[in-house]
Amino acid sequence: MSDQLVTFVLQILNGLKIGSVYALVALGYTMVYGIIKLINFAHGDFIMVGSYALLYTMPIMVSMGMPAWMAVVIAIAICALVGITVEKVAYKPVRKKGNNMSALITAIAMSLFLENLAQTIFGAAPKPVGTIFSFPDMVFGEVKINGNTILTIIIGVSVMIALQFFVKNTKLGKSMRAVSEDGQAAVLMGINKNRTITMTFAIGSGLAAVASLMYCASYPQATPTIGAMLGLKAFVAAVLGGIGIIPGAMLGGIVIGLVESLSKAYIGDLTGGVITSAFSDAIVFGILIIVLLVKPSGILGKNVGEKV
Amino acid sequence: MNTPVLEAKHLGITFGGLKAVDDFNITINEGELVGLIGPNGAGKTTVFNLLTGVYQPTEGAFFLNGNKMNGKKMHEVVRAGIARTFQNIRLFKTMTVLENVKIAFEMDFKYKLAHAFFRLPKYWKDEKEIEEKAMDLLKIFNLESKADYIANNLPYGQQRKLEIARALATGMKLLLLDEPAAGMNPTETAELLSCINVIRERFGIAILLIEHDMSLVMKICERIVVIDYGVTIAKGLPKEIAENPKVIAAYLGADDDLEDEEDTKEGA
Amino acid sequence: MKKSSIKSSLINLVVLIIVFGILIVLCEFDILSNYIRGILMVCCISIIMACSQNITVGYLGQIALGGAGFMGIGAYTAAIITKAMASANILVGEGVPDTLRFLIAILAGGILAAIFGVLVGIPALRLRGDYLAIITLGFGEIIRVVIQNLKFLGGKGFSEGSAGQALVGINRISNLYVVFWVMVICVALMYTFIRSKYGRAIIAIRNDDIAASASGLNITFYKVLAFTVSSFFAGVAGGIFAHYIGSLSAGSFGWLKSTEYVIMVVFGGMGSLTGSVIAAIVLTALPEALREFSDYRMLAYSVALIIVMIYRPTGLLGTYEVSVTRLINKILGKKEPSLHAIKAEVEASGTKEEEVVK
Repeated sequence: MSDQLVTFVLQILNGLKIGSVYALVALGYTMVYGIIKLINFAHGDFIMVGSYALLYTMPIMVSMGMPAWMAVVIAIAICALVGITVEKVAYKPVRKKGNNMSALITAIAMSLFLENLAQTIFGAAPKPVGTIFSFPDMVFGEVKINGNTILTIIIGVSVMIALQFFVKNTKLGKSMRAVSEDGQAAVLMGINKNRTITMTFAIGSGLAAVASLMYCASYPQATPTIGAMLGLKAFVAAVLGGIGIIPGAMLGGIVIGLVESLSKAYIGDLTGGVITSAFSDAIVFGILIIVLLVKPSGILGKNVGEKV
Repeated sequence: MNTPVLEAKHLGITFGGLKAVDDFNITINEGELVGLIGPNGAGKTTVFNLLTGVYQPTEGAFFLNGNKMNGKKMHEVVRAGIARTFQNIRLFKTMTVLENVKIAFEMDFKYKLAHAFFRLPKYWKDEKEIEEKAMDLLKIFNLESKADYIANNLPYGQQRKLEIARALATGMKLLLLDEPAAGMNPTETAELLSCINVIRERFGIAILLIEHDMSLVMKICERIVVIDYGVTIAKGLPKEIAENPKVIAAYLGADDDLEDEEDTKEGA
Repeated sequence: MKKSSIKSSLINLVVLIIVFGILIVLCEFDILSNYIRGILMVCCISIIMACSQNITVGYLGQIALGGAGFMGIGAYTAAIITKAMASANILVGEGVPDTLRFLIAILAGGILAAIFGVLVGIPALRLRGDYLAIITLGFGEIIRVVIQNLKFLGGKGFSEGSAGQALVGINRISNLYVVFWVMVICVALMYTFIRSKYGRAIIAIRNDDIAASASGLNITFYKVLAFTVSSFFAGVAGGIFAHYIGSLSAGSFGWLKSTEYVIMVVFGGMGSLTGSVIAAIVLTALPEALREFSDYRMLAYSVALIIVMIYRPTGLLGTYEVSVTRLINKILGKKEPSLHAIKAEVEASGTKEEEVVK
């Protein structure tokens, strides 16, 4: 294989890796949006919560003789708890009283709150997260593939498959879909809407914890703002795929991951150096803008008009 | 013969395979009051939405004073001269009664951005003139004493009237009223009737009216069009409509046994 | 022109002159330290920013999170212009006040920001609500990334510039007295804008956009106009900021900065310019006064913001405008002219007989 092709394959794998992180985070955005029509700006910060949870529970796990990655179980629990608390303490009261706008502002405020709380507790400086797992590198002829990359992709894909199964086949998953289709009708059919919302937050936040595990495996640092840009891009992914649609979030996450990784690698050459890899964030947002303008409902979304 | 104010020819719209309105034809002359009736879900409001640019017709065309209106946006249709009210009242709820009406005088405001920013004389002149015009309009509806009220705080009947006043302020030639008497008590309905008469006399405009209150329709409309399932099933004078078996069937939902209806008091 | 309107304008002018007089006295007698003067300067900038964001967030009712991006455009434009003037020797030297260059620069910053406002607004404003928030955030971030990576906007600028660095060496020619009046004029212009057919149309669109089109309003035009006016003043604020701070880095115009101004709008009241003015002053000065707690500033903001949203979704003042005239009338025991409007508390735009301070 030529060097160029090898680089290309590695970039694709990189894209899939970060893309599956985006996809898991995007799922959280999309599930919450589907069910309460709110962009949960704080969702990105659940990743941050997850990474600090990992940071502090991993040594405990290791000292108890368990593998470090088992810490993710505790991280999932903590994230789910934070997610539920955020919903109960802030979103629910605002939803009852305010409008869309106040809900959105509350979400932004909640994001600021979590970031600043983390900064107060843990300090602004990045803290190193220990090695979560070290999977042996794989060698195919001349191509050496990072084992963690493969593992991350595998975890991401299996979580997505599990989620899809859960939503399609379990009672709770079905009630989630029912509430997001038509909340009032779902209540009339005897679905406990509040419980469903709570569970959605729990699952979405739990996914963020898994995402933080995957992310920290490659970038082993926890900072108070780790979730800000990551969350924003995952959100872009959710919108790209069609917000509120679960397969859409997965598709969007992968696409954004690939675009980011490939644009970082090739945009400089392609544009003769006019646009450099430093623009990759701008490119992601550029895609968001184009999608919103061409098809605001996203790739897999349906257009709905307003009733007069 | 004069060009009619409104002429719709073979107007139709399809929503994803469903023909909501099909082959709708109507001609309204100056000063005429025409009723549009039909059972719930017959497509009356869809006709209004077509005539005001909310929806674009997939078939046919409609003309205002002979000018084709297809493809125009809502505000362009309004500026051309078709104004409407809504089935569920749509006022600018947090604004005052006077402001609600002033906004609809959009076309009469001539001042530009610079006049507004720097409060040049033209700003004061326009604002004053239009305030007077708006107050005149409110007087017709007995709302002048409520000019400073927040629209949302008006009683229901007055909100309906304010919505009509606002539509009139656009300087329209054709007024579309979507169930103006819905939810009104008999006194309010009577008051509304006299208002409609006053504006017809004063402005000489044509009106197309959707209404469920049959006694009202029969009393004031000069002609009536009946639609059901998007299809026009009858047209004519109120008297003819009241006796039309198709109309009776549509309202009572009995297709096969028309005889049964003889004992039943029809809706009219 | 209405008598009452002239009267209250005069009252407001008198109040402003008194405030300005106090400011001069405090500065000339060195009662205010440079530090305090700096805070006052930042207050003025925040006031303009908060009011400009109120036009879109409050009056138009659309959350736009790109405000800081336009501020950045204004800041960089103004900085580049004074830099160019300085190197080309235009309007520099004996007898030419710095203020002239300053005013030209901030005006140019506002105009360029407004042009970008049109360009961004036309596509973005086709969306609403959450989607608009996101797309403006996206545009804001793109603006930031592009500025960051333009060679002539980094380092010493122009040919000596380098991408990814802060733009340094901007003449610090903002003068507090001048900035005070620039701020007053900006707020007054935004006020007259809102209390004209344009502002009415914008508020009407927030109320019900379908009814607004049914009243003959061209919604797209008014939305883009609101966005443009808002961008213009954000650009002016950015221009002032550039000439106060002396160096610019694109990172300080990210979406978090935008949210800070949105927070001011929300605290003050969505649809109350005086509310924005007060909130801007309080939220700028308070953290400075409580310097030792500055680490907790954003923490406290965010908690307060959530509480405000739970208990008063339209912000502390809602759409109520503070008015000196009304205050004086109250003290003199005069009857309130438009009682219903105030009582209703929903929307104070009915209080057209009164001008508002600042």
